[in-house]
Amino acid sequence: MQPILEMRGITKTFPGVKALTDVNLSVMPGEIHAVVGENGAGKSTLMKVLSGVYPHGSYDGQIFFEGTERKFGSIKDSEDTGIIIIHQELALVPLLSIAENIFLGHETARHGVIDWFVAFRRTQELLKKVGLKDHPNTLITNIGTGKQQLVEIAKALNKSVKLLILDEPTSSLNETDSNALLELLKGFRAQGISSILITHKLNEVMKVADRITVIRDGKTVDMLDVTTGEVDEDRIIKAMVGRELTDRYPPRHAKVLDTIFEVKDWNVYHPLHAERQMIKNVSFHVKKGEVVGIAGLMGAGRTELAMSIFGRAYGQKISGEVKLHGKAVDVSTIPKAMDAGLAYATEDRKTYGLVLIDHIKHNVTLANLEGVSSRGVVNDLNELTVANKYRKDLAIRCSGVFQTTVNLSGGNQQKVVLSKWLFSGPEVLILDEPTRGIDVGAKYEIYGIINKLAEEGKAVIVISSEMPELLGISDRIYVMNDGRFVAEMPAKEASQEKIMRAIMKSWEN
Amino acid sequence: MTDTTVQTATKPDMMRFIKANIRDYALLLSLLAIMVFFQFTTGGTLFKPINMTNLILQNSYIVIMALGMLLIIVAGHIDLSVGSVSGFVGAVAAVMMVNWKLDPFLAVIACLALGAVIGGAQGYLVAYYKIPAFIVTLAGMLVFKGLALTVLGGASVGPFPKEFQLLSSGFVPDFTASSFNWLAILIGSAVTAAIIFFNFKERRNQQEHGLAEEPDVIFYGRNLLIAVAFLGFSYLMASYKGLPNVLIVMFTLIALFVFITTRTTFGRRVYAMGGNEKAAKLSGINTERMTFMIFVIMGTLAALAGLIFAARLNVATPKAGLGFELEVIAACFIGGAAVTGGVGKIIGAVIGAFIIGVMNNGMSILGVGIDLQQVIKGAVLMLAVFLDVYYKNKG
Repeated sequence: MQPILEMRGITKTFPGVKALTDVNLSVMPGEIHAVVGENGAGKSTLMKVLSGVYPHGSYDGQIFFEGTERKFGSIKDSEDTGIIIIHQELALVPLLSIAENIFLGHETARHGVIDWFVAFRRTQELLKKVGLKDHPNTLITNIGTGKQQLVEIAKALNKSVKLLILDEPTSSLNETDSNALLELLKGFRAQGISSILITHKLNEVMKVADRITVIRDGKTVDMLDVTTGEVDEDRIIKAMVGRELTDRYPPRHAKVLDTIFEVKDWNVYHPLHAERQMIKNVSFHVKKGEVVGIAGLMGAGRTELAMSIFGRAYGQKISGEVKLHGKAVDVSTIPKAMDAGLAYATEDRKTYGLVLIDHIKHNVTLANLEGVSSRGVVNDLNELTVANKYRKDLAIRCSGVFQTTVNLSGGNQQKVVLSKWLFSGPEVLILDEPTRGIDVGAKYEIYGIINKLAEEGKAVIVISSEMPELLGISDRIYVMNDGRFVAEMPAKEASQEKIMRAIMKSWEN
Repeated sequence: MTDTTVQTATKPDMMRFIKANIRDYALLLSLLAIMVFFQFTTGGTLFKPINMTNLILQNSYIVIMALGMLLIIVAGHIDLSVGSVSGFVGAVAAVMMVNWKLDPFLAVIACLALGAVIGGAQGYLVAYYKIPAFIVTLAGMLVFKGLALTVLGGASVGPFPKEFQLLSSGFVPDFTASSFNWLAILIGSAVTAAIIFFNFKERRNQQEHGLAEEPDVIFYGRNLLIAVAFLGFSYLMASYKGLPNVLIVMFTLIALFVFITTRTTFGRRVYAMGGNEKAAKLSGINTERMTFMIFVIMGTLAALAGLIFAARLNVATPKAGLGFELEVIAACFIGGAAVTGGVGKIIGAVIGAFIIGVMNNGMSILGVGIDLQQVIKGAVLMLAVFLDVYYKNKG
């Protein structure tokens, strides 16, 4: 039998990074094909190549669909051939109805006038196919995430889909909804519609997938056939993380002393959906001079945890206790959290970290303007001295501290964010994905800065989705999943397999 | 941004410097060009001492409100209510002084406080309830327009006591008896000397730290221009009646706001907030309180502008303040403020206000109809913003 989809030798390069190297993927008609790999392995990039987000010509390699080579210039091109991708972040308009959403951009219209009766009837048929009983006029905002996912699929069916791509479809669904969704995929398989399932949940992969392609560091490392019965989760995990630790980490000399930072019974609810608990009873501590890693998959709640501790910058109905040096401290607003000695360097530098239209000097002093001012008047020369000091200490590569931060590379932007927080003089630093989107050389430098902070006696918490990184720079690792801390281990005894297993096990409970 | 140039450059590069600061020069040159244009077309009327004095008096309230509006726009908001608020405060002032015979000094204090409260109320809704400033101040615009009518009972109230009129029509008394006002020359020279002294001091400071990027020619040329402009202006003022009281108020406020925006933590935080509110908030800046504060400042300035306008007309009318908000907002955008926030300069807004003022004045002298005046002012605003956007996109 001919594969319905074949991607041959796909290579995709971004400035400075090779995201995909010679990746191959083939999907048979009527097959559920799982694509698995760590965060950042290149799964999403591969799907963007396939769906035309990265148009033909911006990558090397060939895509064959139904036997002919395809050169997609846009998402519309791929959709027209029957390849439909459903993203992790749903692309539905919350204040429009189910029917309006399904026909958005493909309205059943004659001369621009919509025939709502046709749309309505079609929607009912489609909803029946995906097992939804809601009225087509229900607003999207009034149905749960699970049902929204089904509406997305109904929308795909309306476009006569031949290959359905689902990116982490069950990450925000509960058990029942997840199972219903997987059953639906099986139903499609019976009708001859192929699916590509991208997921972290290996138990789901084992449940429904026919074959599995494993991607690691932008390369295809394995193609497993589940139907032979010789594949189990351990085998997949091994293929996913089986890299040798060739990344280099600077030597560490920090002395770990007494506990200085403690969080007890921390509970947080979603800022909009008050009934959704995002952080569930989390307790942890960090010692002076210690680097603590928080591992977990995307959506585990790590950023939410950090931001809720840092002056309640996230969530509502927050309860729990934060202690510094054994004494309870008030961290109910960001200025209070900073006064208590906390700093939080965000995972999203551009949105939450930097004033991009302003230069390095102003960004460095932003969180501690008092440090370069007297009675509300900024002392320009003091400020300049401070900015230049951090520029030198952290080796920020720029034409000068008057360079606008938008023009810096990711690594140097990150160093500016770190400078800002170092200048605020914290005792506890929470670094959220400090090396995301940064090249290997700059990563090494950031690790060096983290080590130096620990040596200076600070308590450092690092949130990272790159497990080798956590293993390389932490003293101790907490594993987080679904809003809970599910495991704690000294970094020496930890391994990627152990972390993955802790995550997978917590899902089964 | 003007100061993005390279710090390590040892040899200042003239062309690059001009290029990096083109926006500021273009703005100043536009004002000069417009002035020269009207000087010729009006047959020399524009620069006549009496006309210059009038120009200051006519535009002072727009300039004063533009100072606050610039903060608001830099912070990423807008205030549509300033015209109505200034009219309303003028009306209240008239009722206090004319009907209730309240002491003018007390009345002025009370009116400024009233402006602060109005600004604070609107700012509170914007800052803490996150209602868009556009909506809040649009409502404010309607409310205070109506309240001004109510307070005045639909009629004009005046005239004001003598002391209060001095706010707008008074001049700083001269110490000599001659018809030429030597005090104006003295103050003008002192201010000129002070500005040039500080410019040189800053430049020396920059040079010591290898930061001087402005080429010598431009630096000296700029200072010479400042000296000529200020001294020439004082001479013009001196040969009429001297320095108007309003000019002193306006100049002090401009200096204060330049200081606030460039040198204080408060000013820095306003720019940071407008540049990226989320990042500012996560850096420990109380963005709600900042927003509240700038609306209080704006309200106070609108009140002051209303008082000056009322004192100038010597009567409070229900129509006072009508359309002021448009000129004030236009001044800020012509002056280079960005709609998206985070960008803008006080001096830019002041020059923007004077560009509008000179055009109003010049066109009126020429007898251009009010209809055509509107069209031309609108076109100038569009052109200024268009050039901004165009050059920004071009990189």
